[in-house]
Amino acid sequence: MSDFVQQCFNGLVSGSFYALLALGLAVIFGMLGVVNFAHGSFYMLGAFSAYIGLESFGVPFWVALVAVPLLLGILGMVIERLLIHRLVDLDPLYNFLLTFGVALVLQDLMKRTYGVQSQPYPVPGGLAGQVNLGLFRYPAYQVFVLAISVSVCVGVWVLLTRTRVGMIVRGATERRDLTRALGVNVGLWVTPVFGFGTALAAFSGVLAAPMRAVNPLMGADLILVVFAVVVIGGLGSIVGSVLAGFTIGMLQALGNLYVPALSQTLVFIVMAVILLWRPAGLFGREEARA
Amino acid sequence: MIRWLLTRIATGSPWARYGLLLAGLLLAGSLPWFVYPPVAMDIACWALFAMSLDLLLGYTGLLSFGHAAFWGGSAYVTGVVAIRSGLPFPVAVLAGTAAAMLLAVPIGYLATRRTGIYFAMVTLAFAQMLYFVANQWRDLTGGENGLQGVPRFLPGVDLSDPFYFYYAGLPMVLAGIWVAWRIVHSPFGHVLVAVRDNPARARALGYPVVRYKVTVFVLSAGLAGLAGGVFAISHGFASLEDVYWTTSGQVVMISILGGIGTLWGSVLGAILVVRLQDALAMSGFDGIGIVTGSIFVAVILLFRHGLWGTTRDLLASARTRLDAGRLAGSPHTERPHELAADGQVVQPQR
Repeated sequence: MSDFVQQCFNGLVSGSFYALLALGLAVIFGMLGVVNFAHGSFYMLGAFSAYIGLESFGVPFWVALVAVPLLLGILGMVIERLLIHRLVDLDPLYNFLLTFGVALVLQDLMKRTYGVQSQPYPVPGGLAGQVNLGLFRYPAYQVFVLAISVSVCVGVWVLLTRTRVGMIVRGATERRDLTRALGVNVGLWVTPVFGFGTALAAFSGVLAAPMRAVNPLMGADLILVVFAVVVIGGLGSIVGSVLAGFTIGMLQALGNLYVPALSQTLVFIVMAVILLWRPAGLFGREEARA
Repeated sequence: MIRWLLTRIATGSPWARYGLLLAGLLLAGSLPWFVYPPVAMDIACWALFAMSLDLLLGYTGLLSFGHAAFWGGSAYVTGVVAIRSGLPFPVAVLAGTAAAMLLAVPIGYLATRRTGIYFAMVTLAFAQMLYFVANQWRDLTGGENGLQGVPRFLPGVDLSDPFYFYYAGLPMVLAGIWVAWRIVHSPFGHVLVAVRDNPARARALGYPVVRYKVTVFVLSAGLAGLAGGVFAISHGFASLEDVYWTTSGQVVMISILGGIGTLWGSVLGAILVVRLQDALAMSGFDGIGIVTGSIFVAVILLFRHGLWGTTRDLLASARTRLDAGRLAGSPHTERPHELAADGQVVQPQR
């Protein structure tokens, strides 16, 4: 029993990363209609920035957790302005390909500088120990990751549903032209939303640094699984993407416990089943044009 | 002379077509005299691989971002068959091709349930699944070490010299290219274009759109598998890189650089990209992705019709001018196109 609960917990923790990345992807997709292949690279850059900050400048984890997403959010906005913006009116596949090229460049830049070896990043001081969760003891840092990612997901949900900014973004997602007709300058919000999405990816990267290997390939390997996650959840639905993220994390952990051979392929099998059963994803709507 | 030749090509005279075909065959036949023979074989394989992708991307409007699954899947099967059975290499390659097509049936069936960007993500995800499987199934694939020591066996011929192997492998690649050409110019191929440009209308005309999509997906996977099998024999090994997402991305890049919806553009793209990567690898530069990624971005931003497409654009406008001079009727030409959103009618550019 305690094994089962512990695996569920592991699953929720790794699901946190899927959920945070899927959230960023979904927000960007909603506003721009773009699937950002470079999302994983921003996650990777987030982890690396935290590492570089600590190694070269002695920037502590807590500062990095705030500063790195800000910096990489700005980088994201620059990339949106310089590159992605030019293709927004074309088929979204072009931006998928464009961001693929960006991802290759970012990944190999880091590979050239740091190699493929994993860099160590210490768990921040206050969270080094373990906490007693009743049934078992669990690393404090993992508990922190789970708590903070759930809060971030809830926070973004509140932002989208309860604030004026969120209303505009949701409006632009649903009916772009109508929102425009109501006098909202939709174009004004595109770049900040993209920056926000990349900042979320960078934030999860910083969170990942103390518990996962910091290396140039960490982003690409993760984002491909996240693509399967958003197909399962339905990319058009922000809630769906987040829930699918946590669910897949749990399934993978349980798969690890009961059928270890399948742990890596399980997510793709689930994706295949969902494609058969509900092609639009669990929470997605049927595309108007099939 | 050049002006005369260009005029012939521009007016689409059949002699110009045969001339171009002959030039292409001469190029294919003499390639290992100009470039290092293994690289020549790489060019031929990547050209066929890119063509197989173009069947989907250019002619059916489906971006498969997981074609490495078929290239690499076939490379592994070809390798295993060649090592364990000791049969001549063409048999092994055909086994790999058949395996790739079998693999493509479920993937194609599932992926075609979605379109556009989701199709790309789904194919990418399934290719990654195959990557994980290849990584875990060490007994068969050698895991991270790859499958080594794939023999180049053909009874009665010594193929250890890559120069001779090029001429043994080339006929298979040319046969693949011929199949691609036949598909595009068959009634089936024309239905594909209809499915690309207006799926709703194609369906209304009674064409089973999904079945067409799955069929071309399987055919395309077979050609990718053929290319991957020859590639594996040529290199003597199959590795995880063959099923990795960067391979899927690279073939998309070659196809777009050459020009989608053109078939022959893939050859140009393959020559450029393979030569470039070879040169970069020779120079000891270890950030190949920086260069290829930048080129990818530049091509997508500035050069979406690709090399062949842009050339054809120019020739088409030259032809229109010539025709206008002669007061001839409007010529029927295939025009290069860009990706179109699903269900949206693409007007050919005039």
